[in-house]
Amino acid sequence: MQDLLYFIQQLINGLTIGSTYALIAIGYTMVYGIIGMINFAHGEIYMIGAYTALIAITGLAALGIAWLPLVLIVALICAMIVSSSMGWAVERVAYRPVRGKHRLIPLISAIGMSIFLQNYVHLAQGSRNIGFPALIEGGFRFGAEDSFQTSITYMQITIFATTLVCMTILSLFISRSRIGRACRAVSQDLGMANLLGIDTNRIISATFVIGAALAAVAGLLLGMYYGSIDPLFGFIAGLKAFTAAVLGGIGSIPGAMLGGLILGVAESMTSGYLSGEYKDVVSFGLLILILLFKPTGLLGKPEVEKI
Amino acid sequence: MAAHNLKHALFCAIVTLIISYPILGFNLASEGIDVTLEGAKTSTVLGVLLAALIVFLFQLYRDNIMGSLRQLPAVNPLANRKPMEQSKRLKLESTLLTLMIIGALIWPFIASRGAVDLATLVLIYIMLALGLNVVVGLAGLLDLGYVAFYAVGAYSFALLSQYFGISFWFALPIGALLAALFGLVLGFPVLRLRGDYLAIVTLGFGEIIRILLNNMTSLTGGPNGIGGIPDPTLFGMEFGRRVKEEGNTSFHETFGIAYSGEHKVIFLYLIALVLAVITAIAIRRLMRMPVGRAWEALREDEIAAKSLGLSRTAVKLSAFTIGAFFAGFAGTVFASKQGFISPESFVFLESAIILAIVVLGGMGSQMGVILAAIAVTILPELAREFSEYRMAIFGAAMVLMMVWRPQGLMPMRRIHIELKRQE
Repeated sequence: MQDLLYFIQQLINGLTIGSTYALIAIGYTMVYGIIGMINFAHGEIYMIGAYTALIAITGLAALGIAWLPLVLIVALICAMIVSSSMGWAVERVAYRPVRGKHRLIPLISAIGMSIFLQNYVHLAQGSRNIGFPALIEGGFRFGAEDSFQTSITYMQITIFATTLVCMTILSLFISRSRIGRACRAVSQDLGMANLLGIDTNRIISATFVIGAALAAVAGLLLGMYYGSIDPLFGFIAGLKAFTAAVLGGIGSIPGAMLGGLILGVAESMTSGYLSGEYKDVVSFGLLILILLFKPTGLLGKPEVEKI
Repeated sequence: MAAHNLKHALFCAIVTLIISYPILGFNLASEGIDVTLEGAKTSTVLGVLLAALIVFLFQLYRDNIMGSLRQLPAVNPLANRKPMEQSKRLKLESTLLTLMIIGALIWPFIASRGAVDLATLVLIYIMLALGLNVVVGLAGLLDLGYVAFYAVGAYSFALLSQYFGISFWFALPIGALLAALFGLVLGFPVLRLRGDYLAIVTLGFGEIIRILLNNMTSLTGGPNGIGGIPDPTLFGMEFGRRVKEEGNTSFHETFGIAYSGEHKVIFLYLIALVLAVITAIAIRRLMRMPVGRAWEALREDEIAAKSLGLSRTAVKLSAFTIGAFFAGFAGTVFASKQGFISPESFVFLESAIILAIVVLGGMGSQMGVILAAIAVTILPELAREFSEYRMAIFGAAMVLMMVWRPQGLMPMRRIHIELKRQE
């Protein structure tokens, strides 16, 4: 019974982390699906979202506003606006001029952007980690009083619920709206979509903006969940999210969700049963194995090499 | 000035404000567990506003500015100059290289101790960059975990000397070969992957190596690293004040000169110089051998190269292994220069710096890579007051380089024949 409870606890923790990975992974997968580049700076955009959310929360606290839903919504909106603008600007400055050149050139430009953004926040806010207030406290507990108890915190429930809502809105947006339809068209064939009168530049900008907004949501949620942020925490999270995107099949939105959840569970099982220090090794190892044996991921479509 | 320009300019200015004001304009300060918010200095706020204004004006008059910029090259007399003749250029390059090597040989005897130490570091970076140049520049494989091979070289020397008392000169080839072996073993499965996937996998591999070094505390000392790495000896002569190992003599006693700490620094520098020259020459030769041409052929057009009978895996693997080999070389020198190594020295940023050197210098061009390595290592030392801006400038330079001059400062030129147009 105890073992089962422990297992369930790890599963819950894993699903929580995994669903935030999924939110970040959307940004990677959409951008890759459309222009076929790895947006290396996406992890930094997520980090900037977390910082903006924290700035908004402390700013509201300084103004004496403490009504939780309002604080959260304001922080979320601020983070989304700043991150989306950042995503838009990054695409405009660093990616659009190099689009269509040799594959390595946008990637190196993205790495440069990632280093720049890390140090931008580092210079502005210092390199130390800053405590993120846990606004949502408490939770449910299961199991006997005197032994191991499985707990689900309200924070974890918030993370699940928010992710679910975001994913639903995104799916509806992609499948129903005009821009969503254009996104799908552009990802199928950029040149053809252009010929048919779709402003592809705008659609590409839109995918960056959407991806960045979702990353900002993840930034707020994970900031509260972990309780502290620093300018470097976007990098590893970005890599994890990229792993999730590859795992699920890059370019596929349900794949990103699935990949995120699998990765999160694999990580929390490693820290639960092996050692927390090796969880990064497991996720990178998983990435390498997936790329070796099934480069298209779980839900991805095989790519046809055209000559 | 069209109306859409005004709208666009306003939009860009607002975006500039949004992305800079919240981050730069408010400073988070933590006191204990409480986080408080402080407004930034007035100068910062004014700077942000000024930046927004500049963006606004630039976007507003964009057409005019870009138009006049386009006319600038006509004013620049160098722009339309004919490229230098092949034979002349080669002669110039070899003279320059000879001069550089002579200068490097004189350097330790005229410069201060600190300057020689820095020059040793520059040489280590030159070795690393030349090695990575083979992988990225010549073979076109983006390796973001290059620092892992560097770590393998450094740690193999440190561990071998700690557990088996092996000296620098034996560890040098062993470290390089071990790094090459790692390259071979890693490369074998992953080189089938396409360009950007390869980049991520190598990055992951680099991180795995670092995490393992950090956590295998019993073997590698974990985050505390390994200290007491012996200095290299010159034919059994040690450079310390006292001889540590039985049977060795000390350098200053053999030659009957007074002991000076500088001897060791200069000796290490000369070792690094010799190794860097060997690296450069070896790679220069390889470039002209069939294998070097195969690297470039594969980089330019994989399908065409395959159709001409080149084995994709073998060619890529050779580039990867040779690159790793030189990283191992550099790692061994680094370990004996520092005398102490820890996983801190082998983070992803180090890979990014080496990559930036290759990119700035011009992928594939040896001369460019050497100059870029010198610039990237020395400039931050010269501008110490800007040292905190170093990495930010670095990242920005990488982006600007890719946007404006993706071929690098000194792009590689192949020996080629141009057909004359028939009259």
